[in-house]
Amino acid sequence: MTDDRYILRLENIKKAFGKNEVLKGVSLEVKKGETICFIGPSGTGKSTLLRCINQLTIPDSGKIFLNDEEVTHAGPRINYFRQKIGMVFQNFFLFDHLTAVRNVEVALLKVKKMNPKEAREKAMFELKQVGMADWADHYPAELSGGQAQRVSIARALAMDPDIMLFDEPTSALDPELTREVLEVMKKLAVEGMTMLVVTHEMGFACSVANKICFMEHGHIKEQGTPAELLNNPEFERCKAFIGEFREYSQ
Amino acid sequence: MDQITFIFNIMVPAFTNGLLITLALIAVTAPIGFLLGVGIACGRVYGGKGLSWLMHLYTIFFRGCPLLLLLFILYFGLPSFGIVLTPFVASVMGFIFCNSAYNSEYVRGSILSVKEGQLIAAKALGMTKNQAILNIVLPQALRRSIPGISNEFIYLIKYSSLAYMITVIELTGASKLIATKYFAYNETFIAVAIVYLLLVTITTFGASALEKKYAIPG
Repeated sequence: MTDDRYILRLENIKKAFGKNEVLKGVSLEVKKGETICFIGPSGTGKSTLLRCINQLTIPDSGKIFLNDEEVTHAGPRINYFRQKIGMVFQNFFLFDHLTAVRNVEVALLKVKKMNPKEAREKAMFELKQVGMADWADHYPAELSGGQAQRVSIARALAMDPDIMLFDEPTSALDPELTREVLEVMKKLAVEGMTMLVVTHEMGFACSVANKICFMEHGHIKEQGTPAELLNNPEFERCKAFIGEFREYSQ
Repeated sequence: MDQITFIFNIMVPAFTNGLLITLALIAVTAPIGFLLGVGIACGRVYGGKGLSWLMHLYTIFFRGCPLLLLLFILYFGLPSFGIVLTPFVASVMGFIFCNSAYNSEYVRGSILSVKEGQLIAAKALGMTKNQAILNIVLPQALRRSIPGISNEFIYLIKYSSLAYMITVIELTGASKLIATKYFAYNETFIAVAIVYLLLVTITTFGASALEKKYAIPG
């Protein structure tokens, strides 16, 4: 397959931790500008799948292509691909010893070797994008969870990635802070960023995603547009999972 | 000879010379011992199996060998292998081995205390492992090492006196010489103890200032 319409392709990704097979052969094709949400019960490999994409977790087998270049087995070139694949974590992982703006610019300086003036301008621009410019000189411990997560989104965006991975970006946040982060993500999606989002926020998935993938036991059990999945899920377990969310959101 | 004459004509010049040697021992040992300690710690945490083991052996050996014996081996033992070191060089080498071995453990503990997410996030941005260690992990780990490393620095101030045992006339050596010569043990040793206390106190306040300077707000 060399269909160049796809920005990201996963071919039969498998990963086991010891005897525990977390991913049992996941394939996926992502078009430029698409937002794909991964839903499903905890422990079904959603986060592992994201981490395989930028090789933070090395899959046991299968191939990953970004713009038709192989990411798996890239050797030292993986650091190039990781710049192209932005990642946002559940617990933010901001660098504790750096202010917000330095969090955003550190990789620009050290990885992209930008000059300090350019890097600072770029960092401030990205902080503005996520509404955090006023907090540039604050340290992570001085930020709320929602603010910290927005800074971490700015940090990833500063590298000018082709796609963004979000690993449960709002799971550590209360509903109010969740909303401010989802607003930023929604804006990104509208602006055409390609995004893969592991989330339990069904509202976000339904309103923003082009496609929802329901994962269970290391497989993508069902995928489709939000309307398809919500209105007539074929797969029983998916139906039950979505049903539970509906019940609680009423 | 009255006390005043003794203090100003005998003690002060002797102590000044001795103190300069002590400070020289510390000034050469501390930076090298610190950098080596950081290197050894990184080797143990991030090195491959071989390097990690080698570094572990280093710490086992140099923390396990009594410092005085180490100095004796370096100064009295090595000449039989054709390696002749001056007393000062032998002392500094022994101190560096000891200092770096202890420092490496302080730094290693601090590295392990830095949350794994910091390294993961750095890698996700495209940093190489070395870039991530240098720019993200170490700046945090070294901040947390300040109390431990200053502790080791204080030890160094005091165990630098062991150099006297291999004929380096540093502060303790200088005081011993005049104490015996003028039969003035109490005055001399109490005075020299006060000098050490001053050095240690300065270090303590210096370390606190350093900690404050590098504290992460929030």
